[in-house]
Amino acid sequence: MIAYYLRLALRSLRRTPVMTALMVCAIGLGIGASMTMLTVLHVMTQDPIPSKSGVLFYPTLDPLPSDYQTSTWGNPADNLTWPDAMALLRQGKPARQAVMAGGGLLVWPLDAAGRPTEHGGRYTTWQFFDLFGVPLEHGGGWTAADDAQQARVVVLGRDLAMKLFGSTDVVGRSVRLKDTAFRIVGVAAPWSPQPRFYVDLGGGRSFGEADDFFLPLSTAMGLQFDISGNRSSWAETDMQDKLRSPSMTWLQMWVELDTPQQVADYRRFLHDYAAQEHASGRFQRDPDTARLYPLMDWLGHKKLVPSEVQLQLWLAIGFLVVCLVNIVALLLAKFLRRGGEVGVRRALGARASDILLQLGCEAALIGVAGGVLGTVLAQLGLWSVRRRPDGYARIAQMDASMLMASVALAILATLLAGLIPAWRASRISPALQIKAV
Amino acid sequence: MALPLKPILSALRHHRLTAALLTLQVALTCAIVINAGFLLVERIQRIDTASGLVEDELSVVSARGLDESANAAAQQRTDLAALRALDGVKAAAAINGGSLPLSSNIDMSGACASQADFDRAKAARDTRGIAGCISMSLYSGSDGMLEALGLRLLAGRDFTAAEREADKITAVIVSRTLAQRLWPGESPVGKQLYGFEGPVPVVGMIADILSPVLGIGVDDHMVMLTARNRAEISSTYVLRSAPQDRQRVMHAAAAALDKAGPVRLIPEDGQRTYSQIRRNYFQRDTTMLGLLLASSLALLFVTALGIGGLANFWVGQRTRQIGIRRAVGATRRDILRHFQTENFLIVGAGVVLGMLLAYGLNQLLMRQYELDRLPLFYLPIGAAVLWALGQLAVLGPALRATRVPPAIGTRGG
Repeated sequence: MIAYYLRLALRSLRRTPVMTALMVCAIGLGIGASMTMLTVLHVMTQDPIPSKSGVLFYPTLDPLPSDYQTSTWGNPADNLTWPDAMALLRQGKPARQAVMAGGGLLVWPLDAAGRPTEHGGRYTTWQFFDLFGVPLEHGGGWTAADDAQQARVVVLGRDLAMKLFGSTDVVGRSVRLKDTAFRIVGVAAPWSPQPRFYVDLGGGRSFGEADDFFLPLSTAMGLQFDISGNRSSWAETDMQDKLRSPSMTWLQMWVELDTPQQVADYRRFLHDYAAQEHASGRFQRDPDTARLYPLMDWLGHKKLVPSEVQLQLWLAIGFLVVCLVNIVALLLAKFLRRGGEVGVRRALGARASDILLQLGCEAALIGVAGGVLGTVLAQLGLWSVRRRPDGYARIAQMDASMLMASVALAILATLLAGLIPAWRASRISPALQIKAV
Repeated sequence: MALPLKPILSALRHHRLTAALLTLQVALTCAIVINAGFLLVERIQRIDTASGLVEDELSVVSARGLDESANAAAQQRTDLAALRALDGVKAAAAINGGSLPLSSNIDMSGACASQADFDRAKAARDTRGIAGCISMSLYSGSDGMLEALGLRLLAGRDFTAAEREADKITAVIVSRTLAQRLWPGESPVGKQLYGFEGPVPVVGMIADILSPVLGIGVDDHMVMLTARNRAEISSTYVLRSAPQDRQRVMHAAAAALDKAGPVRLIPEDGQRTYSQIRRNYFQRDTTMLGLLLASSLALLFVTALGIGGLANFWVGQRTRQIGIRRAVGATRRDILRHFQTENFLIVGAGVVLGMLLAYGLNQLLMRQYELDRLPLFYLPIGAAVLWALGQLAVLGPALRATRVPPAIGTRGG
């Protein structure tokens, strides 16, 4: 029966080709625009590390003076000061933990005559690789002893290793970073969670490329390497040792807590630490301002979706709604005009539900065609998004789930849009129509 | 002549739902297009903001020093001499920290018109909200900076060599807007400015230029030039030349810097004309502009097609009625007017609803995205656009209707 209705639908659509093309175009444009923006939103808010996001937590303290006013630049308390990060690292007992900051360095080629190139990487502590499950192609991370001794060891990213040596099997060899020679202890396989949840988020750093190198934070401090990311200071500090100042935040910290008990324990530990610093007079704010964010909550707190992307999404959805209203009106006009045909079929014994099904098929057919067109347009849209210079733009790819979602949305939208007209048409009284014919 | 409203209204009553849907579509389109148009105009104004520099004569070259033991001041002198000797270069100067209008490299500071105000601001850790105090962006560079950037000195003088070489900031030049704000109605030259390095005399006033980043202070023209030139091993040079020479001068400058002195990196993205810097700064606005324009046009297009499509159907459906009306004496003009009036009424209802929706949508956007209030004159403009669009879309089908011969009405079937 459905096959018959589909044939009828095809014939009916072919009778009014301009109208059909118009409806398919409208739904295609609406679906294309909204799926483009939904996909962008999807990649911006996805879980960057599904295997571990449930056990990773981000602790924050609030060492700011009580009269400090946060501005649109962001809250300095989202990062940690050096003394606090080191104290948490020493005193806390999570399963794994790491303190980190971003940095940019000149990396020198092997031949002395060549020019160096600038690369971005991470200064961190030894458990970083285990904490996040960073896969290593060769070698391994470094040890707690390396951290303590400010050892000159480095883990290179795969791309940088290939660029420098043409090979990834380079453990034990040496590389010159800025003005210092480092021993390579490991080479990391490509690892680039998106959003880059572990970095100092915001300012265009939330999405983008993988880190090119990882080296001990203590070593970077010792050699006074450049830090990238926000540094917020709220008191006049000793210029010589700004990074170690108790009144400048710049570090990120992540801890792994595997059970609810561990989470509760760590939360208490964090509160106790804040209370102790409050009692000593260093923290002016209530110890309750100390927080332990689960990973996804942390991403929500940092609001990674720029308002312009939200605005574009609303614009696209508004466009889709207008397209749908347009289709409802056109289908309604079209179906009601066929009162004669419907009347004859009803008089011959078709039930109202048969009519509904027949016209529903016609609406669905338009939906499928519109969905296909919309998916193509969305790919075009995403291609144009990828050409934008923003960090998130490059990862704007449609995965299988989004692809299915867009076709489903197209069919659902047109079915809904077709339902009202079809229902109206199916209620046409047969007697009246036949009389008119 | 009175409009034939009665037959139109009774015809519309037959298509209540369809007409209502079309009205809704027009209303939604109207609401979205009015707000999009408002955003569009705002962005265009933003993108058009003049920087106050001689924009089409400027190009910028950055060189990254690798040898930290190098004598930066000597290097800067050598570089400037080499750059000024290049063919086509009218002026050249070093810019500290690569900080230029719209460059995004910002150096900000707070200062006050009196010591008492400054002490209060310091106690509050903030210059905002303290009377007589203001935060501003700072620019500094080598000698020849005024000439190289095309800055107009309105009063006072440029910095002296001694002031540039001092360890501290010993003199400043303020922008006109900043001067107006700190000392309304008075000349700033000779006044003292109280800031983090103690009181500093104001020696000059320049015409307004923009801040490196827009929208972070009370005014984008709160700008101060400081005398101290901090030569660093990584440096940014700005070159002034005839507009058509910019590309050539820029590449010649990069080559000259590469030859002068120790090994340095002069990356491709460190060579830019000022137009590129401006384009780069407004990249997101340009994208948004394109999107807003494209979606507004697409919306209007879909709506026009919807109106046209429905009118076409109605014409087809009413062929017999039209024939009868023609047969009983209606002119072609009457038929045309019938469809035009019908469209006018539908779009009119949509536009009235749409203006209300547009206003509501603006309220929502104001709350969510801190946008400005929609000026009311956008509403009638939007209404006129949709009305015109409706009449245009209905013209084709309506003309087709006028060609229905009266004989159709008398024929059976």
